[in-house]
Amino acid sequence: MSAAPPENRAAVIPRDVDNTLQTIERPPLVLGKQSFHAVTEAVSDVVERKTPKGWLLLTAIAGFMLMILGGSLTDLVGVGIGEWGLNHPVGWAWDITGFVFWIGIGHAGTLISAILFLFRQKWRTSINRAAEAMTLFAVAAALIYPGFHVGRIWFAYWMLPIPNQMQMWPNFKSPLLWDVFAVSTYGTVSLLFWFLGLVPDLATLRDRSTTKLRKIIYGTLALGWRGSHRHWLTYEKAYLILAGLSTPLVLSVHTIVSFDFAVSILPGWHTTIFPPYFVAGAVFSGFAMVVTLMILVRKAYGLEHLITMRHLENMNKIILATGSLVGYAYGMEFFMAWYSGNIYERFAFINRAFGPYSWAYWTMMTCNVFSPQFFWFRKIRTSIPAMFILSIAVNIGMWFERFVIIATSLHRDFLPSSWGYFRPQLVDFTTFIGTFGLFLTLFLLFIRFLPGIAISEVKGVMPQANPHPEDAHEKEAEAAHG
Amino acid sequence: MADPKGTTKTGRAPANVYAVVGMFTSPADLYHACEHLRDQGFRDFDAHTPFPVHGLERAMGLKPSPIPWIVLGGGITGLATAVLMQWWMGAIDYPWNISGKPPFALQSSIPIMFELTVLLSAFGAFFGTWALCRLPKPFDPVMQHPSFYRASDDRFFVSVEAKDPKFDVSKVKATLEKLGAQEVTEVSP
Repeated sequence: MSAAPPENRAAVIPRDVDNTLQTIERPPLVLGKQSFHAVTEAVSDVVERKTPKGWLLLTAIAGFMLMILGGSLTDLVGVGIGEWGLNHPVGWAWDITGFVFWIGIGHAGTLISAILFLFRQKWRTSINRAAEAMTLFAVAAALIYPGFHVGRIWFAYWMLPIPNQMQMWPNFKSPLLWDVFAVSTYGTVSLLFWFLGLVPDLATLRDRSTTKLRKIIYGTLALGWRGSHRHWLTYEKAYLILAGLSTPLVLSVHTIVSFDFAVSILPGWHTTIFPPYFVAGAVFSGFAMVVTLMILVRKAYGLEHLITMRHLENMNKIILATGSLVGYAYGMEFFMAWYSGNIYERFAFINRAFGPYSWAYWTMMTCNVFSPQFFWFRKIRTSIPAMFILSIAVNIGMWFERFVIIATSLHRDFLPSSWGYFRPQLVDFTTFIGTFGLFLTLFLLFIRFLPGIAISEVKGVMPQANPHPEDAHEKEAEAAHG
Repeated sequence: MADPKGTTKTGRAPANVYAVVGMFTSPADLYHACEHLRDQGFRDFDAHTPFPVHGLERAMGLKPSPIPWIVLGGGITGLATAVLMQWWMGAIDYPWNISGKPPFALQSSIPIMFELTVLLSAFGAFFGTWALCRLPKPFDPVMQHPSFYRASDDRFFVSVEAKDPKFDVSKVKATLEKLGAQEVTEVSP
């Protein structure tokens, strides 16, 4: 994957342009003097070039991890979910931690594709496609957990309101059922939104196809798109509407995930701060994952002129903002526990920070609250090695956040006689590694076979895309561009 | 969409011509060409661009897309489905006492009402788009233009269809060439 791409990388990034500096003129989103055709080339080349050896190696590793998932789940279904370390009193452990972790990662994709679109943040165009793909694959990885947590997987359809042999309907008053609706809606809408965005770019790949097989496959997927403006008119309106629908949807998904906890009466879970706190955490972890992936993708495929330092810096700013929100929420939880005067509530939080799981709590605090503070410094915000390390730290921290919330609240409840300590088993580890295998395999297939950058959207934000070049405002942009 | 019966009645369009297609190199040229065609009274013409050229619908004299109404229909259907489903399943068909909560209450129904509203609205937006665009349609006659593969890359095309009442092959070709179009070509149906 690290094989140096031949043409499109050379000399396209002017050394003297630093597009992270804020100026009155709008800084360019695409670096170097680029034509529309050069953008098509740069993005399509990634899909059309000979399979890089590095890609094969990574896919082999990811495929191996995916097989670990298959093995773990087969074993799990054969033996039963007791094989995971969860037991009374910790009835939810790594499974729900993993579920919330992956769902949260997905949220950045929707935030980039929908919320930044509504805010007219044009810089999103270079990263939205890959981030949306990441959302889909993260949701797929997330669904493994509750799907298999039901134990008898062949009865998983009891979660849906379809007639079953018990002649009963699901309990519509349960947040767990709301979750079924929220996550399945989220997955479906994200898929539709992603595919709608892909169609014009699939048409580009179709029109560039040199082999019959590619022509048939991309031609089928492109649905016969011919760039008609009558179509663009409906298409853009539908895209805007889907962005408008996805925005409250993404907020609702993690809100409802947080209801799984907040609607219970367990100290440490039963708190009204959970919905906004979970959403902020989800965006935080998701952006960290996007940064990690984009650093690798832009480097491996020489796309530094499209996914520029400014894109990465903007994401780091969002990580800083959401990380600080999450830190505030942690502090507020403690304040509430103290201010409530409820001894169980107080105990839950003192136990969380200083009890048997304090190692997990302080790992979370270090990774989530302290590490993003480095992003106050522009030098660190624009340093690839620093942001790579910090983005991984954030993801470790966010996994621990979910673990801390779940395990520490459950392991010591009202009756000391039922206290316990959760220890993960081998299958817990292999399932978790396996979900990474699923995620990485899907992501690697995506960057190999589909346009990883929204070609038509990037062209739309280039200065020469404006049909009124005589417009003075655009002249400025053009000046900044050259 | 014009009445298909009126397509070749004028006699000025040979039956083997579907449209005249011309190619432009910049969005600005395309914009001016569309304005010109609109002002001359053409209706059945289209632009083909690698990305949406903003404002082109004004230059072409197009009405806004009706897609929001389809989405609204989807949303109302979703909301109604969610309310009826939760009420009928939970309170009529199999009432089930859970912690003494009422069999049906609006508050606990809101999450699923919201989700199904969004889901069916999204179906409306997605499938409505393809229905309004008459896609999938793997082949369209305009694709026969020899350079049409660049319509998804870096060129901007205008196609004037023979079914337009003002269509006249030689006049349309001359107009497009005068507007700066290259490779002005007639395509067969």
